[in-house]
Amino acid sequence: MHMSDALLSPAVGGAGWLASAAFVAHSTRRLAGAADPGAPALMGLLGAFVFAGQMINFTIPGTGSSGHLGGGLLLAALLGPHAAFLVMTSVLTVQALLFGDGGLLALGCNVVNLGVFTCFLAYPLLFRPLVGVHATARRLTVAALLAAVVGLQLGAIAVVLETTVSGISRLPFATFLAFMAPIHLAIGAVEGLVTAAVLLYVTSTRPELLHRKHAEGRPLLPVLVVFALATGLLGGLLSWFASTRPDGLEWAVGRVSGSEELPVPSNGLSGALARWQEKTALLPDYSFGSAPEAEVESLPDGPAWPAPDAGTSLSGLLGGVVVLVLALGTGLVLRWGRSRGIGARVR
Amino acid sequence: MTPIDRAISHLHSLDASARLDSPLGRLDARAKVLVTLGFLVTVASFGRHQLLQPLPLVILLSAGWALSEIPVRSLGFRLAIASPVAVLIGMWNPLFEPEPMLRLGSMVVSAGWVSFLSILERFLLGMAAVLLLIGSTGVDAVAAALGRLGVPRVLVTQLLLLYRYVFVLAAEVERMLRAHSLRAPNRPRPELRTVRSMLGELLLRSLARAERVHAAMLCRGFAGELRAVTPLRLGLGDALFVLAGLGFLALVRLADLPRAIGNLLR
Amino acid sequence: MRGVRFTFPDGSEALRGVDFTIHHGESVGLVGANGAGKSSILLHLAGVYLASEGEVRVGDWPVSRSTLVEVRRRVGLVFQDPDDQLFMPTVFQDVAFGPANQHLPPPEIEQRVGEALAHVGAEHLGQRPSHRLSGGERRAVALATVLALHPDILLLDEPSAGLDPMTRRRLIRWLGSFEHTRIVASHDLDLVLDSCERTLVLAAGRIIADGPTWSLLTDAALLERAGLELPLRLQGSPVTPHR
Ligand SMILES: Nc1ncnc2c1ncn2[C@@H]1O[C@H](COP(=O)(O)OP(=O)(O)OP(=O)(O)O)[C@@H](O)[C@H]1O
Ligand SMILES: [Mg+2]
Repeated sequence: MHMSDALLSPAVGGAGWLASAAFVAHSTRRLAGAADPGAPALMGLLGAFVFAGQMINFTIPGTGSSGHLGGGLLLAALLGPHAAFLVMTSVLTVQALLFGDGGLLALGCNVVNLGVFTCFLAYPLLFRPLVGVHATARRLTVAALLAAVVGLQLGAIAVVLETTVSGISRLPFATFLAFMAPIHLAIGAVEGLVTAAVLLYVTSTRPELLHRKHAEGRPLLPVLVVFALATGLLGGLLSWFASTRPDGLEWAVGRVSGSEELPVPSNGLSGALARWQEKTALLPDYSFGSAPEAEVESLPDGPAWPAPDAGTSLSGLLGGVVVLVLALGTGLVLRWGRSRGIGARVR
Repeated sequence: MTPIDRAISHLHSLDASARLDSPLGRLDARAKVLVTLGFLVTVASFGRHQLLQPLPLVILLSAGWALSEIPVRSLGFRLAIASPVAVLIGMWNPLFEPEPMLRLGSMVVSAGWVSFLSILERFLLGMAAVLLLIGSTGVDAVAAALGRLGVPRVLVTQLLLLYRYVFVLAAEVERMLRAHSLRAPNRPRPELRTVRSMLGELLLRSLARAERVHAAMLCRGFAGELRAVTPLRLGLGDALFVLAGLGFLALVRLADLPRAIGNLLR
Repeated sequence: MRGVRFTFPDGSEALRGVDFTIHHGESVGLVGANGAGKSSILLHLAGVYLASEGEVRVGDWPVSRSTLVEVRRRVGLVFQDPDDQLFMPTVFQDVAFGPANQHLPPPEIEQRVGEALAHVGAEHLGQRPSHRLSGGERRAVALATVLALHPDILLLDEPSAGLDPMTRRRLIRWLGSFEHTRIVASHDLDLVLDSCERTLVLAAGRIIADGPTWSLLTDAALLERAGLELPLRLQGSPVTPHR
């Protein structure tokens, strides 16, 4: 499953980006050392293959439901972990850009969830050793099944963690996990079977494919552990910070501008804005100092909920409607202006 | 139309609108990537009960749409197929947050509903922003911009090649599925066994094509990386766009504009 | 080419002893049934495949791993499937790919791209992405990508497949006007008849005839042995050579 922008806090999204960037850098360096001249074309085509292959929806035997190829493990088996990881990254990027699958902010998390676990854990630690030197059909199937299931389970756990830490969905960790784990067990099993089937199919005509020399080197385990810890720590810290400070961004801005120890919004940027607004008296009875509901709500030890105040809600709604009308108007007027040739330029 | 037809025509339409001349299209891809990232971070940074405050961002989207050549129908269509993930997970929020939050006349809305709507709002805003970026810039220009912004060359080359051959391979998949549906009209989807040979064939063909493409590259002096010859130029307009865009984002984030406007009107 | 044999890793023998010499400025047709080995010969001349046995020379250079750069600078190969040849995002970038790899200065790259596109009548396609071209446009652009390199020897694999009659006619005229060496592998015997003085007939990885195009392509018995038929123009009507 793709992690989605809509469920993600900036802190977790940022941590995902950092982690995936580190793996991209690592893989790039490994590939540069390997210098396989045919690699760019091969990687490009296999990326397109996974992208196009995912469009084939098939019936899963025994159930009525449908599934499709994920591709990470197949890529790792054909290309080795580093190239496969970069290909997976590119597939996820293009999906995020073109189909909005997951979204850009969540891209880092998705690269970790669907790329790192499969390429750098499941493949080297399960698939490779289980397949061994002489791959028989049975060994290949068992290896692919196990590696795919484990890889996808780790991915699913990561999605649950990222969602819970972000705190936008209120699904409790355990409930969410209990919901995700079995689904991904099934998805993983199908992925493993399809991967094995396709590998067997292609190696029956081109047996050399499975035994190409990859730029593998030593396993990445230590690097991985350090990274898991670092990201966990970073994500945890940032989220804790975000949840204890009512408005992390403003607080940070206030701190950076060095005004106060206390995170009182009126000393931050919004305070400055408020003062400026009071001076210009454009919005006389609106004060930024009176904490809006979202700020009260997440104060660490106050009563968690604001009393529903019809007045504020109403003016907010009213303003919201005005803003939307304004947006619609802006768009239509600009398009109309362009269609009349205003501001048009000939290239 | 099969789903693949639809996916391919979606790709084509985004790609086509990106190549038309438009004010947004003329801006440097890096500028647009930066503002889009800023937009996404801004959206994500709102609290889950701040349903109304992000709304002014729609103005930015609407202006962006108007200054591009993206047909409103393809934009609307994509947004309408709401991410099942966001809805599937968001819809539990009303269960876990029953506390009252908003009162509209006699109706009380619980915090859970507010946060559920907020998840949908985030999803729509974010997706629209990314579609605007691609529909006014194109995947290849975005990839080139990413390269300039520090993404490794290998990955940029990979993105470009992937995008180039997606169209070729998707057309192959489409022909395969059409052939399948002609010969097995009673099955909506192929079975696992059929898929094995479909995917296997597709993979073998892709591998063979990779060899030919590689040969074609070598024949023209390829030495390891795709060189971009189209220069990217950052002009005054791009700088203004970035400043104005990020400024507006900051304003929306720091000031609750809808409430301010509402108060003003009452 | 001298005694060239080539076997694929999977054991299938594509070439089983091929001998021929082509001189500068000649135009040579390469005909033969599907799988006869036409593409394989061209790929050897461009140094994409290296002969398992025998020797391939291009100009003064024996084709081997160490001379690939020199050989490829002289030889331009247009692939059978233009999708293989067009791998860059836009037509312009694709045609510029070769010159850019020669580290030419940008103004010269641009000039070469302009010339090459004009040569094949595709100036208007510059900013189009390759995946949105029609089959014929793709072929034209694929040819331009090679012309931009100013090759001394032009190798064309099935250049007329999928072209409309007008475009095909233009290609034939254009082939006649190209002053360097050119080798055209094609099933379009009429095209070979019109644009090549000499022809090699290939069957199952061997050259079974080598001579003036006109005499070979009117030899029904020879063509049948190669799995081919008389050129359309010569079918059904009494053979009246007019040239
Ligand atoms: N990648 C490959 N692996 C194994 N065998 C191959 C490969 N490519 C071609 N062959 C075999 O080599 C032989 C010669 O192929 P080649 O492509 O040169 O034929 P051709 O004359 O160009 O045919 P066509 O007219 O169909 O293009 C054929 O028997 C073919 O099956
Ligand atoms: Mg051929």
